[in-house]
Amino acid sequence: MNKIKSLADLKKLQSEVQSKIKLREKGDNPDSLIQIKVSMATCGIASGAKETMTYLIEELDHQGIDAIVTQTGCMGYCYAEPTIEVTIPGQKPVVYGFVNKTKAQEIIEKHLKFNEMVDGIIPAAYATINN
Amino acid sequence: MAEYNMHILVCGGTGCKASQSELIKTNFKTRLNEFGLADEIQVILTGCFGFCEKGPIVKILPDNTFYTQVTPEDVDEIVEEHIIKGRKVERLLYKDPETHEIVGDSKGMDFYKKQIRIALRNCGFINPENIEEYIGRDGYAALGTCLSEKTPDEVIRMIKDSGLRGRGGGGFPTGLKWELTRKSVSDQKYVVCNADEGDPGAFMDRSILEGDPHSVLESMAICGYCIGADKGLVYIRAEYPLAIERLKIAINQAREYGLLGNDILGTGFNFDIEIRYGAGAFVCGEETALIHSMEGKRGEPGVKPPFPAEKGYNGKPTNVNNVETFANIPVIINKGAEWFASIGTANSKGTKVFALAGKINNVGLIEVPMGITLREIIYDIGGGIKDGREFKAVQTGGPSGGCLTKSFLDTPIDYDNLVAAGSMMGSGGMIVLDDSDCMVAIAKFYLEFTLDESCGKCTPCRIGNKRLYEILEKITEGNGKLEDLDRLRMLSTVIKDTSLCGLGQTSPNPVLSTLDHFYDEYLAHVTTHKCLAGQCKALVNYAIDTDRCTGCTLCFRNCPVGAISGERRAPHYIDKSLCIKCGVCFEKCKFDAVLIA
Amino acid sequence: MEMINLTIDHKPVVVRKGTTVLKAASSIGIDIPSLCYMKLDDMNIENKPGGCRVCVVEIKGRRNLAPACCTEAAEGMEVNTHSIRVVNARRTVVELILSDHPADCLICAKSGNCELQNMATHLGIRQIHYQGEQSMYREDTSPAIIREINKCIMCRRCETMCNEVQTVGVLSAVNRGFQAVVAPAFEMNLDHSVCTYCGQCVAVCPTGALTEVDETGAVIRALSDPTKTVVVQTAPAVRAALGEEFGMPAGTLVTGKMVAALRRLGFDYVFDTDFAADLTILEEGTELLNRLSAFMEGDKNVKLPILTSCCPAWVKFFEHSFPELKDIPSTARSPQQMFGSIAKTYFADKIGVKRENLVVVSIMPCLAKKYESSRPEFSVNGNPDVDFALSTRELAHLINLGNIEFKTLPNEEFDKPLGESTGAAVIFGTTGGVIEAAVRTAYEIFTGKPLPRVDFEELRGMDGLRKATIDFNGTPINIGIAHGLGNARKLLEDIQAGNSEFHAIEIMSCPGGCIGGGGQPYHHGDAEILKKRQRAIYSEDKNKTLRKSHENPYITKLYEEFLGAPMSEKAHHLLHTKYFDRS
Repeated sequence: MNKIKSLADLKKLQSEVQSKIKLREKGDNPDSLIQIKVSMATCGIASGAKETMTYLIEELDHQGIDAIVTQTGCMGYCYAEPTIEVTIPGQKPVVYGFVNKTKAQEIIEKHLKFNEMVDGIIPAAYATINN
Repeated sequence: MAEYNMHILVCGGTGCKASQSELIKTNFKTRLNEFGLADEIQVILTGCFGFCEKGPIVKILPDNTFYTQVTPEDVDEIVEEHIIKGRKVERLLYKDPETHEIVGDSKGMDFYKKQIRIALRNCGFINPENIEEYIGRDGYAALGTCLSEKTPDEVIRMIKDSGLRGRGGGGFPTGLKWELTRKSVSDQKYVVCNADEGDPGAFMDRSILEGDPHSVLESMAICGYCIGADKGLVYIRAEYPLAIERLKIAINQAREYGLLGNDILGTGFNFDIEIRYGAGAFVCGEETALIHSMEGKRGEPGVKPPFPAEKGYNGKPTNVNNVETFANIPVIINKGAEWFASIGTANSKGTKVFALAGKINNVGLIEVPMGITLREIIYDIGGGIKDGREFKAVQTGGPSGGCLTKSFLDTPIDYDNLVAAGSMMGSGGMIVLDDSDCMVAIAKFYLEFTLDESCGKCTPCRIGNKRLYEILEKITEGNGKLEDLDRLRMLSTVIKDTSLCGLGQTSPNPVLSTLDHFYDEYLAHVTTHKCLAGQCKALVNYAIDTDRCTGCTLCFRNCPVGAISGERRAPHYIDKSLCIKCGVCFEKCKFDAVLIA
Repeated sequence: MEMINLTIDHKPVVVRKGTTVLKAASSIGIDIPSLCYMKLDDMNIENKPGGCRVCVVEIKGRRNLAPACCTEAAEGMEVNTHSIRVVNARRTVVELILSDHPADCLICAKSGNCELQNMATHLGIRQIHYQGEQSMYREDTSPAIIREINKCIMCRRCETMCNEVQTVGVLSAVNRGFQAVVAPAFEMNLDHSVCTYCGQCVAVCPTGALTEVDETGAVIRALSDPTKTVVVQTAPAVRAALGEEFGMPAGTLVTGKMVAALRRLGFDYVFDTDFAADLTILEEGTELLNRLSAFMEGDKNVKLPILTSCCPAWVKFFEHSFPELKDIPSTARSPQQMFGSIAKTYFADKIGVKRENLVVVSIMPCLAKKYESSRPEFSVNGNPDVDFALSTRELAHLINLGNIEFKTLPNEEFDKPLGESTGAAVIFGTTGGVIEAAVRTAYEIFTGKPLPRVDFEELRGMDGLRKATIDFNGTPINIGIAHGLGNARKLLEDIQAGNSEFHAIEIMSCPGGCIGGGGQPYHHGDAEILKKRQRAIYSEDKNKTLRKSHENPYITKLYEEFLGAPMSEKAHHLLHTKYFDRS
């Protein structure tokens, strides 16, 4: 490690290493951030949920959108895997089915950025995801 | 750079480590490797989460899952269920002691709801052995700002404006202390961090050093910049091996990154830090004794003045602050004095870390804003009194403090209110007592501690405390007389008035405070020779209520000395001449048939 | 100098900045009782741990009482030295000390001389309200000093003397709380430590915790044994202090009365260590001159400076701490041992008494002399050259036991031949004296000319470290003087580092030299007493007709009849010694 030579250097390093713990900081303020939960049960994984999740994480990071992407258990929509649940702060959660990369991109571009619903919403047949 | 999409934080504080948290971490790594998830999920050992009652703690982010009392064997299940399948392992989640509801994430836990974590901001959040995680959390930014953009006087002004007072017990305004040391003229000055934490039950300094050592190093450097010192010393008790280990790693990393050493951040400022080990004498928490100890002399206090700010280590001006005090500094610099001063009460700003212990459900380390009430701490954060018993008092300020009774439950806690109530802030030990605690015995307990820890230099502390203890012993053994209560008070007053250092000057506080608030208990001990709480064995007699006794023989079978006799299904009896008053029968009886008389 | 205005007990007082409240009070006649505090003015010796808390006073505006001994007077300070709060606290503190102190005043060695006893009397303590467990330590007996540790009140004076003044570092506080006590490391016995037996700890102990080994009983037995001939020798410093034990003012010379008292006690011969001091000068002076001549002739192996060797505590000190310098000190035995050696050979032959039947008692201002006389190299077939070394204080006890009214005794003369001495020998009793005596003789031998003057004021004084250059008729001789082992250490470290400019150095362990010895009447922290004794010593010198050791006719006779010449083989055998590495 080279020595940090100035305040500017320190700030540069700070911005580099911040991402390492950003996830934890986000977790500290879950209510103020967009939350995306990816259903990662066997069926989800089999249908590509893992790829979807990786894509979401990378793309959000790439675009600089602060959001928490977590995995969750089976939501019960096995027919529509991969499914994700999107929660904009202060709003009710919305569940999308058949989320592949393209769909994910559309959700990011429209729902997350402009709060416009995208096709493929699964009607809320449940109260919250944890119940 | 590889991004982790999940972080598993395993508590690496001393308590959790003792319960195999290191193995838990290793198991996680192994299992994740087996599942090919090592690149996606990060596992780190952090500092203390504070919720020591239910350790070892494992926290999973970003969903804030808070697992308690995790064993190394639980790791498989957590990985397979939670990590792979996204299903939380319910049996390991925290259950609210009142409602018995499962609380899925730490945000929902009452324990954390009322806390504001400034000094503990990074404990249980970052890997203390990785400086980059600290830097990622604004670490060393305060030092950078001070060195590059502020004059020492401006920094001191900020600390003064923030209203920060010493967290080690005395509550002396930190900014003023720095200013005094700055004004002393000398070729050499020192910054000393007092990590000789000694109050029974208090472990906040240890936790900070274990969980966030860099915050202390950064502050010491800032202090060095302000007072004109290029040398810092951390005086830490050798009984804190983990804290020492982490501190060493931190110092080396800081040197490696150029944040300690010569020409820090290209500003020409030099500062380096050494560790000095204490042998664990309580009195060495007193700053002059601490300095003597660091100089290789007997650890006993000297007469003040001169204060260390004028003549300290090696006769040079020395600024001594406690760990928790230092841990607050970077936040004040980064967020501003006004922000800090907005928390707390008129004369006590910011937060205070307390070590909750005793008869309380959630034993652990908490950081709360000044001005919070005892009720909030005990009932909201602490989850109430253990076993549903009745709150009797809380001892604050350790052996130098006093007892706060029910009537103080709604008093906002700050330096001044605690003193007014006959106790003190101390370093933040908070021991909760319930109705089964005898206050005379409690006073005796604390005095025994000071007796052991007195350096023996001055007469009142060396002999006076011994005599005070002997009187208490006499009372708890049932040989006390009414005039002993006056004697206790008179001797206590003289000891306070004449002792050389803070240890002796405050050692009779537990006695005076219990005399003030629980005089009836003392009176009962010396007049009717009764211990109302049933703690003083010499004053207690056990008997069996023959109406209630079902003859289950449980007491008979558990009595270690064969003092209980009786036929099955017939009332039992205790032979007083054989009874050693161990209390086992009382504890075992399921029918409340054993009476304390 | 900045002046400070304050009031003490409503009386205004003006003192210099830096003055303590204790001193400020005493300057207007208010005597605040104090116990642990001790200051020897002008000698740079001060003990103020602020530990006993007896001198506490009330200062307006302060939360707690303040110790007057270590609280500096401040502008506008209002001090009350005897409010009810203060008096109650002070009495309680003394009661507490007494509650952990053996109540055996009646048979205590310090009874009547005990500062704690005086304090209890002064405060009128009639009852100890707080009784309880008492410390129980084992007693520690060494060849010279007894530690009755139960009587220690943790005043730390001995610690100051042992560590700061003497830099010997044997005594320091050990253990904590109620068990805290002053002791050697690991609570070893003194005789296993590097203790030099200088006795300065005993000299300042306020109680009976540190006292000398009492040999008066053994001396009485010897005196009453008809088969024994008992000879006594008295060191020079004794005569300048013994009177204090009988209520005479400090500095009263009692040489004649002392001789008379010793005779009445039954000593067969009353001799003077001063005789042996003169002998020492001839031996040591010759050694100095030999080394000096060799040095000037270019002998590279010669060791300079030469160091005096009369002080047994000093000898033990360098054997422990500077063993690599053990070739530097003079090999001459101390006057006490020279006396013993001559008495048990030359004198025993003269009076026809067998060595075993001759008992040599010495009266010394010193406790280390007890140890010195017990060193194995100073005995022949198990029979020591000096049988008993009593302190000045022990002699006073003996005189009291003898029902002798000291003050009214006539002045008597020492016996001959070992009682004759010169003024040079007398000044052995004070710092600077030995080297002055050596100069008086060495000068005349070296230059072959009579001294132009006898008094060397430049060698006198009370400064811990002094130096002077004496002109030996064109040859400048650099002389160093140290008293107090801490000062000696500085000179030794210079020698070690090769930076010493001196040809000869006098070292005395005790501050002031033997007049301040550990066996002298207690000075109770009054440095004035030491200065008065010093003046008495110099006046005795002045009044002597013979003031140079080599002029002592009995010394000349001793060489003629017995020894031959200084540094002769016989002299070597009887009057010189060697040193051991005790590190």
